[in-house]
Amino acid sequence: MSDAPPKGLTSWLTTTDHKRIGLLYFWTAFGFFLIGGLEALVIRAQLAQPNGHVVSAETFNQLFTMHGTTMVFLALMPLSAAFFNYIIPLQIGARDVAFPRLNAFSYWVFLLGGLLLNASWLVGPLFHAGALNVAPDGGWFGYANLTERQFSPGPNIDFWQLGLQILGISSLAAGFNFIVTILNMRAPGMTMMRLPVFVWMTLVTQFLIITAFPVITVALVFLMFDRLFGAHFYLTSAGATPLLWQHLFWLFGHPEVYILILPAMGVVSEVLPTFARKPLFGYTVVVYSGILIGLMGWGVWSHHMFSVGLGPIADSVFASTTMLIAIPTGVKIFNWIGTLWGGSIRGTTALKFAVGFIAMFIIGGLSGVSHASPPADLQQTDTYYVVAHIHYVLFGGTVLGLFAGIYYWWPKMTGRLLSESLGRWHFWLQFIGMNLAFFPMHLIGLLGMPRRVYTYSPELGVGSLNLVSTVGAFLIGVSILVFLLNVWRSGRRGQAAPNDPWGGATLEWSISSPPPVYNFSVIPTVTSRLPRWKTEHHEPMRDPPAIPPAPIHVPGGSWWPLVAACGFPVMALSVLAHTLWLVFVGAAILIFGIYRWAYEPFEV
Amino acid sequence: MAHAATTHHTSLGLDNRKVAFWAFIGSECLLFTALISTYLVYKGRSVVGPYPHEILNIPFTSVSTFDLLMSSLMMVLALAAVQRGDMKWGKIWLFSTALLGLVFLGGQVIEFTEFVHKGLTLSTNLFGCTFFVLTGTHGAHVAVGVLWLLTLWMRALQGKLGPANAMTVEITGLYWHFVDVVWIVIFTVVYLIQ
Amino acid sequence: MGRLKGKSDLGTLDIVTRCRLLLTTAVVALAGCAGPFPQSTLRPRSDFGRAIDHLFTDIFWWAVVVFVLVETLLLVALIRFRHREGRPAPKPTHGHTALEIGWTLAPAVILVLVAVPTVRTIFATAGDAPPDALKIDVIGHQWWWEYKYPALGVVTANEMHVPVGRPVQVSITSADVIHSFWAPALGGKRDAIPGHETRIAFRADSVGEYPGQCAEFCGKSHANMGLRVIVDADSAFETWAKAEQGGSATPAPGSPADRGKAVYSRSACLACHTIQGVSPGVIGPNLTHVGSRTSIAGGMFPNDSAHLARWIADATALKPGSLMPRMQPPLSDGDIALIVAYLQSLK
Repeated sequence: MSDAPPKGLTSWLTTTDHKRIGLLYFWTAFGFFLIGGLEALVIRAQLAQPNGHVVSAETFNQLFTMHGTTMVFLALMPLSAAFFNYIIPLQIGARDVAFPRLNAFSYWVFLLGGLLLNASWLVGPLFHAGALNVAPDGGWFGYANLTERQFSPGPNIDFWQLGLQILGISSLAAGFNFIVTILNMRAPGMTMMRLPVFVWMTLVTQFLIITAFPVITVALVFLMFDRLFGAHFYLTSAGATPLLWQHLFWLFGHPEVYILILPAMGVVSEVLPTFARKPLFGYTVVVYSGILIGLMGWGVWSHHMFSVGLGPIADSVFASTTMLIAIPTGVKIFNWIGTLWGGSIRGTTALKFAVGFIAMFIIGGLSGVSHASPPADLQQTDTYYVVAHIHYVLFGGTVLGLFAGIYYWWPKMTGRLLSESLGRWHFWLQFIGMNLAFFPMHLIGLLGMPRRVYTYSPELGVGSLNLVSTVGAFLIGVSILVFLLNVWRSGRRGQAAPNDPWGGATLEWSISSPPPVYNFSVIPTVTSRLPRWKTEHHEPMRDPPAIPPAPIHVPGGSWWPLVAACGFPVMALSVLAHTLWLVFVGAAILIFGIYRWAYEPFEV
Repeated sequence: MAHAATTHHTSLGLDNRKVAFWAFIGSECLLFTALISTYLVYKGRSVVGPYPHEILNIPFTSVSTFDLLMSSLMMVLALAAVQRGDMKWGKIWLFSTALLGLVFLGGQVIEFTEFVHKGLTLSTNLFGCTFFVLTGTHGAHVAVGVLWLLTLWMRALQGKLGPANAMTVEITGLYWHFVDVVWIVIFTVVYLIQ
Repeated sequence: MGRLKGKSDLGTLDIVTRCRLLLTTAVVALAGCAGPFPQSTLRPRSDFGRAIDHLFTDIFWWAVVVFVLVETLLLVALIRFRHREGRPAPKPTHGHTALEIGWTLAPAVILVLVAVPTVRTIFATAGDAPPDALKIDVIGHQWWWEYKYPALGVVTANEMHVPVGRPVQVSITSADVIHSFWAPALGGKRDAIPGHETRIAFRADSVGEYPGQCAEFCGKSHANMGLRVIVDADSAFETWAKAEQGGSATPAPGSPADRGKAVYSRSACLACHTIQGVSPGVIGPNLTHVGSRTSIAGGMFPNDSAHLARWIADATALKPGSLMPRMQPPLSDGDIALIVAYLQSLK
C-alpha cells in the first residue's frame, strides 16, 4: 500500500484522514479570519474620526456583529481545531482520531455553517432588502429582547441563531471525537502525565465544549421558538425576563473564552521548551492549572453582568470567583517564564510569537482583574476598555499563540519551511500593530466612549486616540499580508523540511514532514514525557523506521459525512424561507447520510 | 456496523464508542439541565392560564411513565439476549422496547393534543413554552431512540446482529436508559412537584 | 533561522514600551484637566463616582506593579538566557515546589488586597439612598431617555436636573429593549431592563453639566442615545423644578409661536408627544418644557431653530431607525418654522 496521499478533488471531499481534515480546517478558518479582519478594518475606518461616514449605522451594526461572531466561531475555534486535528494523533502516537468520519463530518458542518452565516451579507435582495442588509446585527452576544421579532423583524437574527446552532453541532461532534482519541488511543507507555501539554489543554477544552455548547444551544432554541412560534422565553409581557438569555449565554460564554485561550496556552507550552532547550517548568502544575481554569470557568459567568443589578451578594461572589481564577492563570505565566529561565533561547519566529503571547496576555489578564471588581467594572463594562481587554487576551493571546503554532508546525504539516526573516517582519509588524490598535482603547473607554457605537461625537475628545487605533489595525493588516507572502513563497520555493527542524521533544518530530498517511510505521512505546530528548533517566527514543515492516491498512474515504452535513443548511433554509417542508427534506438528508455512514462496508 | 475500533487495543480498555457515548450523555445532561432549570425559573410566573394544576393529568402520565420504565426493562432483556446469542428473544425484546417507546410517544401526542384543545400552546404563556419545549425535546429523543431500535431490530431480522456486535446494542441501551432517567426527572419536576 | 540579535530586537521592544508609557501619562494628565474629555470616568463628581475612582486607582497601581515586575522578569529571561555559541546545554530543571507555592500565594495575597476594598465598595454603593433622597424614575426608550420625578410631578426627557449635594435615587427601567444609563462623571452605569428595576444612589458634589450616553447596544441608533445630567445649585434646581411643574407656556396671541401651536395641534405630533394641556401622546419625549433644554434628539443636536427644523422635517435621515416618522403629507417649511417657534417658546 502506497504511503503517498491520494490526489484529486474527490479525495479531499471524501477524506477521513485527520491530517487532511486539519489542513481543511486551517485554510477555511484562515479564510474566515481574513473576512473577520476585513470587517474589523472597515469598523476602524469608520471610527477613525468622529462622525465618520464610511458606512451607515445599519451596516456598522452588522459589521461588528459579524466580526465578533466570525472571529470567535469561524476563525479562532477552527484554527485551534486545525491543530487538534493535525497534531494530536501525532503527539499521542496514534494513526488517526477515534472516529475519522465523524471528524470529516465536523469539518463539513463547520464549513456549511460558516458559509450560511456569511451568505447573509449577499442575499439581502432575496429578502426584499438591499445587499449588506440582512447580515446578523444584534451583536455576537445577541442580547434579548433586542433579538426578538418585535425589535429585529428581518431575517438577520435568524441567520445568526441558525448559523450558531449548526456550528455548535460541529464543535460538539469534534469534542466527543477528541475526548475519546486522547483518553483511549494513546501509544503504549503514554500515561496521562506523559501527555504533551498541548494535548492536555485540548482535552480540557473539549470537555468545556461538550458541556458549554448545550447551554447556548438551549438559549438559541428558545430564541428560535420566540421568533418562529411566538413563544415567550424572553418577553416581559408574558412574565419572562431578558436576563434568562444573559444567564444562559454567559454560562456558555465564559467557558467559551477558556475554550478560546487554553489551546493557545497549550501551544505556548510546547514551543517554549523546544526553543529554550529545557523541559517545561512545572509540568504538573501547568496541567492542573489548566484543569482548574476549566472547572473554575463555570463559576464566574455573571461577571459579564455586573451592570445588571444582581445585588451586592451576587456581585461579591462573582467578583471573588473571578479573582480566584486569576491565580492558576498567573501560575502558568510564571511557569513559562521559569521554562525560559536558565535556558538557551533561540529566537525563532515561533518563539517570538509564544513570548509575545505571554507579554500581551499579562496585560489582558491585568485589565481582566480590574473588570473583576464590580464597582470599577461599572465604569469599564460596555466601553472601549473592555474591547481593549478582550483583544489583548484574544488577539494578543489566542492569535499570537496560534501563530506560534503555525510557525512551529508548518514544516510538519506542509513539508516546507517558512522564511524566518519574513517571519520576523510579520511578528514585529503584528506586535506593534496590535499594541497601537488596542492599547489606546483602554483610555478611550475610560474617557467615556461606549462600545458598539457606529460613531461618536468630537466633543468626547477621543478622535486622535481612535485614529491611532485605526492605524494600528491597518498595520496588523499589513503584517498579515507579510504572512501570506511568507506562505506563498514557502509553497513555491520553500526549503524542504526535515523530520525535525527544531529539535523537538515530542512524537510528531520523529516522523517525516509531512508524515506518511499512516503516521507511524511502527507505533512507538513511550517511556518519558520528552521521548525524543535525552533526559536524566532516558535515552532518546529511536525514530520509527521510514518503511513500515508490515503493510498498514489505512481506511479509505467516505462521502457520507459530507452528505449528512448537507442536511443542516437545508433545515436552516426552511426557517429562512418560511417553508416548513424543507425541514423534513433536510432531516431526511441527514438521516439518509447517517444510515449510509453507519452501514458503510469496512473495506479490505 | 463495520468498525476496526472494536478489536483494537485501547488505553482505557474500553471500546471507543462506549467512551464516546458516555461523553455524549454528559453533554446531554447539560442540555436537559438547561431546559429543566428554565422550567423551574419560570414556574409560577405565567401571567395567564391555563396553569399546570388545571391541566396536567397525573394518572395518565403515570401510566406513560410506567410504560417507559417497562421499556427499559425490555432493553435490559434485549441486551442480555443478544450477548448470549439468543437472537430469537433478542428480536422480541428489541421490538418490544421500540413498541413501548411508540406507546409513550402516542401518549405524549394524546396529552399535547388535549392541552392544545384546553388552550395551552407554545405561545399561550410561560408554562406553555417551557413545558412544550422541554417535553418536546425529550419526546424527540425518544423518537430517535425508537428509530434506532427498529433499525437494530431490522438488522437482526437480516441476521446481521449477534453477540459479535453486541456493543451496538449496549450503546443503544445506554441511550435508552438515559432518556428514561431524564423522563423520571421531568415527571417529578413538572408533574409531581407543583 | 532567526536569532534574537543581541540587544537590538529587545531595544526596539523597550522603545515601544517607553513610548507607550509616555503617551499614556501625557493623555491621562490631560484627562485630569477640566475641559476636554467631558465624558471621562477619571474625574468623578459624586460620592458614587469617587468611591469607584478610589477603588480603580488602587487596582490600577497594583496592576502597574505586577506588570512591571512580570514583564521585567520575562525580558531579563529573554536577554540573559538567549542562545550563545559555546554555551553549555541548559540544566533540565522540571520545577521547584517552593517557587510554585510562592508564586501562587503572592498573587493570592494581592487579589485579597483588591477583593476586600472591592466588596466594601460594593456594599457601600449598593444600598439605597436615605429616605429623603430625591427620587427620579428613568425609563429608557429606543433611543431617548425619559425622566419622571414622582415627588415633584415632573416629566421630562434627555436632560436630568439634580440638586448639588443632596442624595438622589435613580430607578431605572426600559420601555422596550435593554439600555444602560451612564453618566461617567457621576459614577458607574446601570442597565435599563424591561420588566426590572435597577438603582443608582449618588450625591453630586459639583455644579455642572455632565454628558453621558446609553451603554448597552440597543439597536440602530444606540450611538445616538445621549443623555445629560445637569447638577444645579439648590436655588437653580428649585427654579427649574417650579418651571417644570407648571403647565405649558401659552404663547402671545398672533405670534409665530401661537400660530405654531395651531399647526402643532392639527398635526400627527399629537399622537406621540405630551405638551401639557395641548397633546396627550406618550410614545415620544414630553415636550412641555422642551424650550429650556440645551439639546434635542437624545443629545444629538443643540436645541436651536436650524436643528429643530431639520429634525422635524426628517428625523430618520438624521437618526437611523428613529421612530419619529416624516409627516404624511410632509409639513411645509413655513409650518415647520412655526412649530419650531412654538416649541422654543415652551420654556
